[in-house]
Amino acid sequence: MSSEIILEMQGISKSFPGVQALADVALQAHKGEVHAIVGENGAGKSTLMKILAGAYKKDEGTIILNGEAVDFRSPLDAQNSGIAIIYQEFNLASHLSAEANIYIGREPSSKPFGFIKQREIHKKSVELFEQLNVNIDPKKEVRYLSVCQQQITEIAKALSLNSSVLIMDEPTSALPENEVKDLFDVIRRIKEEGVSILFISHNLEDVFEIADRITVLRDGKHVATDLTSNVSRDKIVSWMVGRDIGDVNHRSDRVIGDEVVLKVENLNRKDVLFDINFELYKGEIMGIAGLLGAGRTELLRCIFGADPKTSGEVYLSGERCLIKNTTDSVDYGIAYVPEDRKQEGLFLGLTSRENLTAASLKEYTRYGFVDKKQENIVTSDYVDSMAIKLASHEQFVLNLSGGNQQKVLIARWLATNPKVLLLDDPTRGIDIGARAAIHELIFALANQGIGVVFVSSELPEVIKVSDRILVMARGLIAGEFSHEEVTQEKIMAAATETMLCDMPLDGD
Amino acid sequence: MTPEEVKEVKEDIQIQSSTTGEAAAAEANPGGVWGIIKRLFSFREAGILFVLIAICVFLSIATPNFLTEKNIMNVARQFSVIAIIAVGMTYVIVTAGIDLSVGSIVAFSGCMTAMALVNGWSIPVSIAVGIVLGTLVGLLNGFLIVKVNLAPFIATLGTMGIARGLVLAFTKGYPIQPFPEEFEVIGRGFIGPLPIPVVIMLVIVICGHLLLSRTTLGRYIYYVGSNPTAARLSGLKVGRVLVFAYTAAGFLSGLASVVLISRLTSAQSNMGQGWELDAIAAVVIGGTSLSGGEGSVIGSLIGAALMGVIRNALILLGVNVYWQSVVIGVVIVLAVAIDAFRQKRRVV
Repeated sequence: MSSEIILEMQGISKSFPGVQALADVALQAHKGEVHAIVGENGAGKSTLMKILAGAYKKDEGTIILNGEAVDFRSPLDAQNSGIAIIYQEFNLASHLSAEANIYIGREPSSKPFGFIKQREIHKKSVELFEQLNVNIDPKKEVRYLSVCQQQITEIAKALSLNSSVLIMDEPTSALPENEVKDLFDVIRRIKEEGVSILFISHNLEDVFEIADRITVLRDGKHVATDLTSNVSRDKIVSWMVGRDIGDVNHRSDRVIGDEVVLKVENLNRKDVLFDINFELYKGEIMGIAGLLGAGRTELLRCIFGADPKTSGEVYLSGERCLIKNTTDSVDYGIAYVPEDRKQEGLFLGLTSRENLTAASLKEYTRYGFVDKKQENIVTSDYVDSMAIKLASHEQFVLNLSGGNQQKVLIARWLATNPKVLLLDDPTRGIDIGARAAIHELIFALANQGIGVVFVSSELPEVIKVSDRILVMARGLIAGEFSHEEVTQEKIMAAATETMLCDMPLDGD
Repeated sequence: MTPEEVKEVKEDIQIQSSTTGEAAAAEANPGGVWGIIKRLFSFREAGILFVLIAICVFLSIATPNFLTEKNIMNVARQFSVIAIIAVGMTYVIVTAGIDLSVGSIVAFSGCMTAMALVNGWSIPVSIAVGIVLGTLVGLLNGFLIVKVNLAPFIATLGTMGIARGLVLAFTKGYPIQPFPEEFEVIGRGFIGPLPIPVVIMLVIVICGHLLLSRTTLGRYIYYVGSNPTAARLSGLKVGRVLVFAYTAAGFLSGLASVVLISRLTSAQSNMGQGWELDAIAAVVIGGTSLSGGEGSVIGSLIGAALMGVIRNALILLGVNVYWQSVVIGVVIVLAVAIDAFRQKRRVV
């Protein structure tokens, strides 16, 4: 990392109808440094980066790249000036090969008829992957690559564009723990090539691991920038939320009843789940950990009736549940908040109110007609109590930040007064403040006697929130730990089905 | 878990909350006459309504024959049949589906009603025959799409052919007539100043609009169209909603056919040919998106009216009848383009 400043953004302001997304924000990036940009949802991180990448037009301010003032009219403009961006959802054509994706839109072609020079593309892609020190077959179709490999393909694309600045939006949120390390190795390599990396992330552990410098935004304004070595995690968090968030420990007043609120018995789903058995006590929070593909989501979906089971029974407070479809589950009082809120949870073209009342609409129905007044009252109540930031009930959920979208989704299920709440990665892609709020919510719900099953890929979170943790591996329950005895190592060992020295594995 | 209990949590972390409560309720439900008008016409329909009014104003200046009671009622009587079909089509398109069979259902139902009439069956029974058959074809569409899992385009393309084929088989190509005089009242009679077909259309539009915009079932249609996966995961019975939409389209096509044959005083095997496209055009011009999850019945009515007025305009202005298709095509493209433009602005 050199001290040469390669990028300078000054006085950047941007507003959208109804909201000032950025106000007078400044940012400086040095050559070859990893610069993390952190902040709560709605702080303006994505907006700032999209302006830099040419996807949005700034209202005010200047951008100076390599000593020259620039004004991008389009993403292509920015790309040609040396700015590359990797979005959270990736911009890859999944049916094309990695090498085709790297050269997409600028395939070298031979003069007379424009035939694509396939061999040249392949050769250059091989060189790029070697430069990054990774073992990826450039001819493999992107949809068959792992998430981490897909990300590296995007990095290779940026490298081939001779980018001087690479923007990465939440690069680790979709990655399992073991692949994050591989990604960071690649990032360190391109650092050596002199590329500056701007890294938006909610994961402070990752930020402290890889970033040289951290900038904190809050409510569209610049709060602080400092070297990673000069700051502590707590300081960053307090900058992000503007107040001190102590690690509120609710462990002491956790009361778990004797009554079994959810019992899963011999649950099987052909080739996916094998002999799952567990009991959830009233007021208990059960975390489910495991690697990607271990079957956690599949387990929740099976209990909820979203997928059919081959055999097994589900009991709610001792009553056997005949669940043929999701409607039955909702009637019984089981709620499921899916993993992918955009694809499986939200009605993006509809309003916040309509999204919030989707599962409980019959509560506000009289003679078949919807009582909108009642709907609005219920919506207001949840908006207030869960601190959902809305301009109005009629605002489209599409325009809400990720954290607020997730809150609307959870509120949807709370409005059904469930007995059991199945949460699938509820804090994915959500900032510290909203995340803490959701954790608090989970504790509050459990204290009311709702059984909570909570799937998460983040071990610290699972350990913090759960009373008991089930670890899954390849469709089986590979381990069970109480809050007192659990450690990250034990979870990882069970999840990867390895033996830790003198530690027997439970379950199976 | 009541909201009060969740509120307790708020104190611990002192997050600023925006109290939208009553302000929002007030905003969403403004009172008085203006409130009713505002609610009836969301911004989307206001645009197309403005265009309709503008064209009417232009026409009343351009030719003295437009703004006569006789002409207006004729125009309304003409587009009323398509409007009735368009109501059903609206439901289908809001679920992100499509129904290509409505035109054939019109022919099928209409010819069956006609056959019942000429065979001496009573009028109410004959009408019931037509409507029930139309509903059954709609039900078949729903079954093929939900249980057999065919794509709506394919399923309704199939029933379109089957229904048309059955009509030809039954009628052998000959028109069916005459009908008892009392039956012709439906197509030719008046209630006050309004032709009966227009009255039927208005009743259907009002009921259809209320169902879609105010009832639970109507809301479910929007959910299913917006994101069927999320709808299912919210506990909604997606299959039933889809079957309802297609059955409604069938039912309304059957109803429209009764009005049609009464107006024409005969039933022919080529009735309704191409009307599925007219119905789709009315729905799309009215602001309903083909990708589902949004739209309204009122919009489809305005769309049907717009097409009817334009056709009338071309006739009154002496334009060659072949140009009708060209003009309607241009209107469809413009309507969708304007809507797409407006959508882009709304989101960013």
